[in-house]
Formats: sequence, C-alpha cells, structure tokens
Amino acid sequence: MSEIKKIGMADLNVTKQSGILTTLGLGSCVGITLYDPITKVAGMAHIMLPSSKAIRNNSNAAKFADTGTQLLLEEVLKLGASRGRLVSKLAGGSQMFSFANKNDIMKIGERNVIAVKEVLQELRIPIVAADTGGNFGRTIELYADSGILLVKTIGHGTKQI
Amino acid sequence: MGITLDELNGIQLDVLKEIGNIGAGNAATALAKMIDKKIDMNVPKVQILEFREVPELIGGEETPVCGIYFRVEGDITGHIMFLLELKSSKSLTNMLMARNDETESMDEIEQSAIQEIGNILSGSYVSSLSALTGLNIKISIPSLAIDMAGAILSVPVIQYGQMGDKVLLIETELIEGGHEVKGFFFLIPDMESFETLLSSLGVLK
Repeated sequence: MSEIKKIGMADLNVTKQSGILTTLGLGSCVGITLYDPITKVAGMAHIMLPSSKAIRNNSNAAKFADTGTQLLLEEVLKLGASRGRLVSKLAGGSQMFSFANKNDIMKIGERNVIAVKEVLQELRIPIVAADTGGNFGRTIELYADSGILLVKTIGHGTKQI
Repeated sequence: MGITLDELNGIQLDVLKEIGNIGAGNAATALAKMIDKKIDMNVPKVQILEFREVPELIGGEETPVCGIYFRVEGDITGHIMFLLELKSSKSLTNMLMARNDETESMDEIEQSAIQEIGNILSGSYVSSLSALTGLNIKISIPSLAIDMAGAILSVPVIQYGQMGDKVLLIETELIEGGHEVKGFFFLIPDMESFETLLSSLGVLK
C-alpha cells in the first residue's frame, strides 16, 4: 500500500520508499520536489510567492520560494536524504489570466519559477526536470520509489518528468 | 502600512459583508434583466477563510471551473474575480442562449457569453460598491480561464497571500427555475486600497 500525502497551498511534506506526494491544481504557484534516489527520500513544497523578504506577514515559511525550499531541504535531510545526491524537479508557475498591459501580479508565476531556480542554484541542488509556464493548471504526483514526477492537466495531457 | 484581514474588527467585517450582499443582489437583478427571467437568490454568504479552505468550497482543487478576472481601477485598485463551476457556467450560457448543450466543454461563443455575464455581474457589483462608498471605481475588460479550481484560485489567493493567510469571499447562489447556479465573488483590493475602502465607508479605526 502506497501512502499518499496531499500538500496544500503554502504547505510541504516528505516521504520515503513507497510513499507518494501530491499537490492538486497548481496554477501560478510552483511545486518544488527534492529527491534522493538512493535512500528514496522525497519531499514536495507548494510555494505561492517568490520572496519572504518583500512581505510583512511571512510567518509561514512554506509560502515562499526562499524559505520554503530551505525548509523542504531541512525536512528531507532529517528523513535521511544525502545532500550531495539530491535532485530537484519543478512544475507550475502558470499565468492563468492575461491582460493587455501586463503588470507584476499577472506575471507572478514566472517570478515564482525564477525565484525557485535561484534558490536551488544557491543551494547547489540540480534541477533535473521542469514543466513550468503556460496558462493552465497542473496536478503533480511524486513517486518516492522511482523519483518520477507525474504532471496532469485539463486539456494539455499528462506526462512523466 | 495597509490593513490585513486579520486586523479587521467586527464592524468593518459587517460593512464588508453588507457590501457583498448588496453587490450580489444587484448582480442577480442584472442577470435577470439580461436573460429576461426571474432569478432568485439565496442570501449571499460572506466569509473570511484560510486559503487552504477555499478550494473545498467549490468541490476540490481539481473541479473544472470558470474564472473571470478583472482589474479594478479608479480611487481603489485591485482585482475582482467571479468564479463558478463549469457546470454552473454551462447552465448560465444555456439560459442566455436558450439552448441545451450538455457537453463538458465551452465553445468560443459560450466563452464569450460567460465573459459577458461575468462582466455584467461584476460591473453591477462594482457599481453598488461605488455608490455606497462615493468612490470612483471601474473594472477592466474581463479575462477568462477555464481550468482546475486550485489553479484558478491560486490567482486571488496569491494576491491575498501578500497580505496574510486569509481571503474575503462572497458566495452567491442564483436560481432560475430548476437550474441552480453557484457563483463566488472575490474582492481583492490592493493593500493600500483596503484603507481607502474602509475609510470611505466611515469604519476606519
């Protein structure tokens, strides 16, 4: 029996071996996964905003790219992942609505993706696959036994990355 | 510094709720005129919710929904989103176009019709807000998205997320004959505009 853990908005969780992590309906938010293929430790975060530094009310670390990735890293290490083996996969960061003169808010998905990539680079964790951007939602599932990330959409197919 | 939803007091909340009631009432009247049918409306529920709770209201993150999004411009700035289940949008477009299309997708004409419905509903909502506050408030042209509830909701939630962990949500149920249409309004003022809004209503602390 595989245990499925559901991750909500501004939330994160970890599992290992045969566990499955999922987050439903990612829009402009970004799903970040970390995985150690040897110990089969997997982690997933669902972040909403690029930076905790620009926000007054920033107590929820899992809400932001910077603090969320950091916290996720700590959690997978606690569960026995080896820092040097960790790889990351990303999905989400869509722009659900578009207006003629684009403002910052509308491009939040793109900014989230850039922020996550920067944080991962600083942490020296390689991004091995990503399915980001576009104008549609995604549901993702990470399988701890294989490290496969399944990306499901409405009308844009399903793929494994 | 702006005010966050957590800091609102009881009177301010009541005022925001009342605006929701009046706005949604006017929106229902506008819709009734548009389709030339009697529209009943349940008393709208105005709630402040943790953003985790929002997708459940509409049947879960993966429920297909239709979101119509507007920029708010004028004396206050921000966004308004009108969101309804895909099923409800089909009921509305069927009513409007006097047809009975039971497919799960929306063609171009239906998309255009639902945008227009969203436009009229949001427009009448905003004009009640404008009348009550004496502020000049307008909405932009609509932008439409049909996708998973979670993905569409991420847009207002992210905007609220810059202020706190809660959203202000107005749920209305419109009923025409046997058709029930459940719609949700999200009013998302920019941080500075919350203060303008409350002070023009005479309830700024």
